[in-house]
Amino acid sequence: MDAFTTHTGTAVPLRRSNVDTDQIIPAVWLKQVSRTGFEKGLFSAWREDPSFVLNNPVYDGATILLAGPDFGTGSSREHAVWAIQQYGFRVVIAARFGDIFRNNSTKMGLLPVILDAKIVEELQAAVEADPTTQITVDLTEREVRLGQDAWSFEIDDYTRWRLLEGLDDIGLTLRHADDIATYENGRQPWLPTTV
Amino acid sequence: MGRTLAEKVWEQHVVRRAEGEPDLLFIDLHLIHEVTSPQAFDGLRMAGRKVRRPDLTIATEDHNVPTVLGPISDPVSKTQVETLRKNAAEFGVRLHPMGDAGQGVVHIIGPQFGLTQPGMTIVCGDSHTSTHGAFGGIAFGIGTSEVEHVLATQTLPAYRPKTMAIEVSGELPVGVTAKDLILAIIAKIGTGGGQGYIVEYRGEAVRKLSMEGRMTVCNMSIEAGARAGMIAPDETTFAYLKGRKHAPTGADWDTAVEYWKTLKTDDDAVFDKVVEIDASVLTPFVTWGTNPGQGLPLGAAVPDPAEMADATERAAAERALEYMGLTAGTPLSEIEVDTVFVGSCTNGRIEDLRAAAEILRGRQVKTRTLIVPGSMLVKLEAEKEGLDKVFEAAGAEWRQAGCSMCLGMNPDTLQPGERSASTSNRNFEGRQGKGGRTHLVSPQVAAATAVTGRLTAPADLAVTA
Repeated sequence: MDAFTTHTGTAVPLRRSNVDTDQIIPAVWLKQVSRTGFEKGLFSAWREDPSFVLNNPVYDGATILLAGPDFGTGSSREHAVWAIQQYGFRVVIAARFGDIFRNNSTKMGLLPVILDAKIVEELQAAVEADPTTQITVDLTEREVRLGQDAWSFEIDDYTRWRLLEGLDDIGLTLRHADDIATYENGRQPWLPTTV
Repeated sequence: MGRTLAEKVWEQHVVRRAEGEPDLLFIDLHLIHEVTSPQAFDGLRMAGRKVRRPDLTIATEDHNVPTVLGPISDPVSKTQVETLRKNAAEFGVRLHPMGDAGQGVVHIIGPQFGLTQPGMTIVCGDSHTSTHGAFGGIAFGIGTSEVEHVLATQTLPAYRPKTMAIEVSGELPVGVTAKDLILAIIAKIGTGGGQGYIVEYRGEAVRKLSMEGRMTVCNMSIEAGARAGMIAPDETTFAYLKGRKHAPTGADWDTAVEYWKTLKTDDDAVFDKVVEIDASVLTPFVTWGTNPGQGLPLGAAVPDPAEMADATERAAAERALEYMGLTAGTPLSEIEVDTVFVGSCTNGRIEDLRAAAEILRGRQVKTRTLIVPGSMLVKLEAEKEGLDKVFEAAGAEWRQAGCSMCLGMNPDTLQPGERSASTSNRNFEGRQGKGGRTHLVSPQVAAATAVTGRLTAPADLAVTA
């Protein structure tokens, strides 16, 4: 995955709570067997409504999604993360995320940032007032900045390190292949196999 | 200090623990289906990696399959299913394809084969993997990157979630089911209430549930935002498992049961959070909105967003009512539906079908009614009991096994504006087909609704019949 250190860009305010992954990428798009082309499916049902925020040209080129609370609830489909990334977003900021969505994001290098709901609303208001507003998301400093204001966010050290370095988990885990083999040798013999 | 069930199972599976890093957790069983696996197998192929433990991996076809006999007509769905077949053959993974006697919804077949056992770690690229926690293991949904990780290493790096106890006191009244219980729990704690937690369902009402009921409850843990849901194993669990294809036998069975009996939360263990709910006051429950937390007792009316204090909740409710085409104040029992769906990994097991059949026996449905067994084994069992005849006599459609109308990936969908009473797990916008409107209900309410054409509790049916 691509490394993430610091990103500055414009943002889209998505003022809806409980945006589930079925809205982010409707199921019909999940039939693809490739990893690309999902940007067309991003919010595809909602994008049919001309007044939907992503259809507003003032937000063209935005790279930060300012979402409502409980973003990415529902299904485990990583396609939701792919769709958001392939559309051009690098960061999603919300007060709360669905656990699986947040986990999937960090595997792909899409940074999920948790900020207090009031702060997210402030950012949304700022962007609505001036869509050219530049927001900086600094993973090194664990900080979101807008003009003179800065808000810190929490992310565990390990995930931060992985994102900063752009490391993929499988390679990291395979360094411990001996530990896995040792564990396997100690498993109960009556545990089921699919054979 | 004592430990919770979740802590015990977690500790048992730690392959490696290091300061400042997530635990590396061993995975006992990896379930695969056609939707979330193709890109993972591609990843293995590109890196020249193998499936480390094909003997702990099992695949089935469920999301895309049509539930009427015949081949898949949608070429994109067909390619996805064929891709799974190729991948399973290339990487040596056991697959139950369409038409196979072992085929079915991924979360139905694991328990049926006896592959789901207490104390195990189970994952699948599907959020409803939480179903398997009903046996007292830790089971959770993962994304495709993690599917690839498990295929390559049979492990996952993860931080142990916090623990939550949901204490269900009292007894469920007659006619109130596991589905009503979990819908009531989600309405109480909200779709984000469980975020960051493994939930353990406890208490008298939970102990009295059958394994099918326990699976229904754990299945929808994800709808409360929880990473996993679990129930300590007991005699009900052991009785369900005994004699199943992959359950231990002979002396191994005794050893296993002895171990399984230790899988319970110690009396002095402390949960990070405790939620209490009284089962004895519950009534049949139904959702009115577009997230599973927007639910109420069937005897209530469509809520008025203007009366909601929280601005976010109010905005969500206004939007939901508009999408659902509902007016505040309308009694829920007056809402008419076009379609009834009984099935899915939430309510597609034999007990669910028996419950629906009991209500439909000798009655006629007024709406399109799909009865979809969760697996071919469930289908065979139902037919042996003659349930298919009951459904057909009532005018319902008896289908082949699959995910069907739960998620709009196969031919079973709602048309725009159509309304369903559905035993599935998600009432999201467009979940059952673009523009479709979903009310989540129990199998009993679904069957009663099929008879009257409007949301109906079975008890009311008895009065009018």
